[in-house]
Amino acid sequence: MDTLFYTGSPQVQAMRSLFFWTLVIGGFVFLLVTALVLVASIRYRQRSGGEPPQIFGNLKLEIGWTIAPALLLAFLFGWTLQTMHVADPAVAARSQDPDLVIVAHQWWWEVHYPKSGVVTANEIHLPAEQKILTRFESADVIHSFWVPEIARKMDVVPGHPNYLWIEVNRPGLYQGACYEFCGAQHAWMRIRVVAQSSNDFAAWQQAQLQTPTAPVEETAVQGQQLFRDKTCMNCHTVAGSGADEQIGPDLTHFASRATLGAGVLDNTPPNLNTWLTNPQAIKPGSHMPNLKLSDADANALTAYLETLK
Amino acid sequence: MSRISLVPDNDVPLPNIRSDNGLLSWIASVDHKQIGILYLLATLAFFLVGGVEALFLRLQLARPENNFLAPDTYNQIFTMHGTTMIFLVVVPMLLGFATYFVPLMIGARDMAYPRLNALSFWLLVFGGLLLYFSFVGGGQPVAGGAGGTNDGAPMAGWFSYAPLSERPFSSSSGSDYWALGLLAVGIGTLAGAINLIVTIIKLRAPGMSLRRVPLFVWMVLVNGFILLFALPPLNAALVMLLVDRQFNAHFFTPMTGGSAILWQHYFWAFGHPEVYIMILPAWGMISEIIPVFSRKPIFGYEFVAGSSVAIGVLSFAVYAHHMFTVGLGHPFNAAFSAASMLIAIPTGIKIFNWIATMWGGKIRFTTSMLFAVAFIILFTIGGISGVTFAAVPIDWQMTDTYYVVAHFHYVLFGGTVFAIFAGVYYWFPKMTGRRLSEKGGKWHFWLLFIGFNLTFFVQHILGIMGMPRRVYTYPDLPGWGTMNLISTAGAFVLALAVLVFIGNVMVSLRRGETASDNPWDAWTLEWATTSPPPVYNFERVPPVRSRRPLYDLTHPTGHPD
Repeated sequence: MDTLFYTGSPQVQAMRSLFFWTLVIGGFVFLLVTALVLVASIRYRQRSGGEPPQIFGNLKLEIGWTIAPALLLAFLFGWTLQTMHVADPAVAARSQDPDLVIVAHQWWWEVHYPKSGVVTANEIHLPAEQKILTRFESADVIHSFWVPEIARKMDVVPGHPNYLWIEVNRPGLYQGACYEFCGAQHAWMRIRVVAQSSNDFAAWQQAQLQTPTAPVEETAVQGQQLFRDKTCMNCHTVAGSGADEQIGPDLTHFASRATLGAGVLDNTPPNLNTWLTNPQAIKPGSHMPNLKLSDADANALTAYLETLK
Repeated sequence: MSRISLVPDNDVPLPNIRSDNGLLSWIASVDHKQIGILYLLATLAFFLVGGVEALFLRLQLARPENNFLAPDTYNQIFTMHGTTMIFLVVVPMLLGFATYFVPLMIGARDMAYPRLNALSFWLLVFGGLLLYFSFVGGGQPVAGGAGGTNDGAPMAGWFSYAPLSERPFSSSSGSDYWALGLLAVGIGTLAGAINLIVTIIKLRAPGMSLRRVPLFVWMVLVNGFILLFALPPLNAALVMLLVDRQFNAHFFTPMTGGSAILWQHYFWAFGHPEVYIMILPAWGMISEIIPVFSRKPIFGYEFVAGSSVAIGVLSFAVYAHHMFTVGLGHPFNAAFSAASMLIAIPTGIKIFNWIATMWGGKIRFTTSMLFAVAFIILFTIGGISGVTFAAVPIDWQMTDTYYVVAHFHYVLFGGTVFAIFAGVYYWFPKMTGRRLSEKGGKWHFWLLFIGFNLTFFVQHILGIMGMPRRVYTYPDLPGWGTMNLISTAGAFVLALAVLVFIGNVMVSLRRGETASDNPWDAWTLEWATTSPPPVYNFERVPPVRSRRPLYDLTHPTGHPD
């Protein structure tokens, strides 16, 4: 029940209290109906023959149980309207530059910070206590962005960019995922939001802007060569290496991220090795093909990618 | 010169379902009772198929990061489960009851268009088989192929959102079979709706004004009109999808100038009225069964009927609550939120009228009544969680999680399927001349009630914790594995209950207690004829002077209503 009570942003706070009190009211209605059904079932169970009084209706009662729910719903509607504006404030000027652009792909999230130029994937770093204007785009089909504790759900629709203010109260890690069925690997399209103090966030951004230093260790150097030869660079970017395609996730600072394959595995060297050996065994249907690497090649590539801190 | 006989000899017997019960008499039948039974048998078969699919889904989800089913296989099965249960089970099963009982309840000889009636049924079978042929005709899934393994059955979900359902993302013919199969079913259903509307308007017995028809007939009439207006948008959208896929049109492909959201408008303009299509006749059954077993007339007949008409109209004004997260703007969302809350009022009216009908009665707890009472409670849970979706910000949180899965199973299983079982126990004697075993019935009821709640109640909590729907697996987050395991265990209890039901039907058909014409002492016209009714339905239709013609027969000075 954590997510029902614990909220990490003012917007979610508003939505969750509406939800909570609606459930309380609904719970009372349910108890009322159940109690009436049970009392009727016990009290008016057939015990003798004969016919009960034939009653055809009662206008006052009918009016009563039309008006009472109507009042309750009118109240709920008013609260709904109010919460809508608190939970999803209008984006004042759509021409305003977004702080964050999230592009959903089958089956991973591309994350851009247009103001600093940082590009990453699946792991969204945010400064806490700031309103971040976020723009959502889709590269293929419809996806839906949701991080339960800090944001509303927003569909990511091709040809129809959406905007959202995201505001996180406290530094911390928040889990989210794609919530619109988007094909084979909809299940593994998870999101990690890392909220940081503004200093930590600035430091992180600074680190992400660095070009990774060229590998020196022998297997890693081999791996870098394989990265070019084995067509990795036809899809992926590593800043400073000449690989600049944006079909797959940007790998410039791949080793700084906690998971790989949009959450399917923890990002550890052995897991990376398994992934490179055959991504289709771990995430079947994923757009990364099985490159049929030899063990030595997989080890070399792992060594190289692990240098991309 | 030969003599030509213009009139057939009198001694050639006319076809008769009692004497001529072979397979051909069923296939060639245009009798509404035979077609009604065919509907029920075919939809029961599809129900079992859809149920087995559900068990496969639950097995895969029993523990986190399970490998029982491959992702594409899971996606095909959940697509087929939803499509089957909605288009091939719930809607046509209710139509089957209507086909069998509407003519009997209004004192008619048959449906208005008996041949069209047969066509409707056979289009359903044809469409269903076409859909399932995709498992074979669409090829086998290719394991481990890069770039998607799009072969075999459709796997874009029962809602088949574009552009996922378009050729670039679903390259197999699965989605084509889906669209063609549903088109066949949809055309048949549309014909069935027209047939029922005309039958109810034109063929009522003398004296049976629209203020006197049984509430089941009222609900079927309203249902007919909803079908009439809801199916055309779906059929049109299916054709557009096919044209997109086969001839490279661009209705729903944003990459080439189409609109992904357009599909959603078409689909939900059909899809939400569809929800009421799946519940209205069930309400009708409940409104017949509760009065008979409470020994009282329905409380507030006009309100139950009138609220159904209100729902019929409003059902077309609520569909975009399926689209609150699309990003269509607050004014748009607010309007649909208001309408969605409004529709809760006529729904609540019915619940209170059913309870008031029980109140002060002499209630007989037959299996049928048990199902009807459980229906009230389970449907109320589904109704309340439904209201939470009308509140836009709650929808922004809960949509596309397991909370939705729990919600609509409470409406469609706890609601409609429980009502259908109430109807089966109630009308089985009329259809077969034998009663279902009450002992077997009670086992069936309690197993189903426990299994159902075990399966679906925890899904509310899973949804609130953030578990997405339509995922073939999930990470091992705290509590998720346990609750999914409970849900899977519940699904098997539920399956056992269905087996008990099938066993009860098989045994009772051969050895069940013989039923009289009117075993429940009910009041509507279908109980005035023999069990089962003769091919011509009635020797003589009793005079209809009130809503309860059979009550009047035993109470000559009875209460006019």
